Amino acid sequence: MLNYIWLFLLAVGIIFAAINGRVEVVTNAALKSARDAVELCFDLVGIMALWLGIMKIAERAGLVRVLARGLKPLMVRLFPSIPPEHPAIGAIIMNLAANILGLGNAATPFGMKAMQELNQLNNNSDEASTAMCTFLALNTSCLTLIPATIIGVRLSCNSTNPVEIVGPCIFATGLSMVVGIVLDYWFRSYSRWRSRP
Amino acid sequence: MMYQILTEVSRWAIPLLLLIIPLYGALRKVPVYEAFVEGAEEGFTTAIKIIPFLVGMMLAISVFRASGAMEMLSSGLRPLTGFLGIPPEILPLGFMRPLSGSAVLGMATELMKVYGPDSFVGRLASVMQGTTDTTFFILTIYFGSVGVKKYRYSIITGLSADICGFIAAVYICHLLFK
Repeated sequence: MLNYIWLFLLAVGIIFAAINGRVEVVTNAALKSARDAVELCFDLVGIMALWLGIMKIAERAGLVRVLARGLKPLMVRLFPSIPPEHPAIGAIIMNLAANILGLGNAATPFGMKAMQELNQLNNNSDEASTAMCTFLALNTSCLTLIPATIIGVRLSCNSTNPVEIVGPCIFATGLSMVVGIVLDYWFRSYSRWRSRP
Repeated sequence: MMYQILTEVSRWAIPLLLLIIPLYGALRKVPVYEAFVEGAEEGFTTAIKIIPFLVGMMLAISVFRASGAMEMLSSGLRPLTGFLGIPPEILPLGFMRPLSGSAVLGMATELMKVYGPDSFVGRLASVMQGTTDTTFFILTIYFGSVGVKKYRYSIITGLSADICGFIAAVYICHLLFK
């Protein structure tokens, strides 16, 4: 599926650029994107190191386990394939908490940590496990209480009420999260993909 | 009121985390600095592992964006979206939302500068920016960091949630701001 989407974006882009008579933008966009991707990763290195360092302290101190135990009833239902109190659960909770609070740059490192733990449970396969799919469904559709970035933009554009969009955002993200959870549950229980653990 | 509480929470969250976790660790006799460095080391390798996946994804997205294909697609869909009450200016934003966070932020800022942040278009653009995440970007870096190449149904789930978020944003904005 991803192969087709990737090819679609690339091929349609090049064909349309040719039709629009500006095929040279493809060259620039391609070369620039390659450089940007590496730059982005280097930006991530520091933030990842910071949060994974803090995470390690929390893990050693047993904090992550406390968190996992507290939310066990919910997590067992969402992630039946992960043993309760597995370190993955703690990382997933930290990631979702950071997302809900709008702390984007803390969410990513916790999320990567969670993926590493899930990967071990999945025997380092190159195919996603059910738990990974559920985690990413939650993550990509996650409820956000504080859309900080867009409030900042509205403020800078002299909005008379920059925060009026918070309520509608909560409504829309909440709904999309429900859809994400329900669809994920359906896929893992009834679709042709269900056979894998 | 509610909003004040929320902003205070987000203002204090990181300093408090940075205080409480090491403090609690020290109480539990964890060698905090050594543990921190040990964890931080993993950050480097994880970030490096993502590079090939990110290069591939950003290549396709930026070529698609630069080509003007999206504008043509949007104008082709105009009769349908007009019927559904979606302003045509908003459509490219909706298409880009799952693909690129920085592109969407730029587009939303532009719309607010042109139409004003308190116009219907400005408000709808704001809500859409605050709703759902850049699904492709997240799938790329999360799966990339552990070398997963087969995403199974993740893309369908993520995109369906995005579409619902989009529709919900349009609906709620019509209800409240029109």
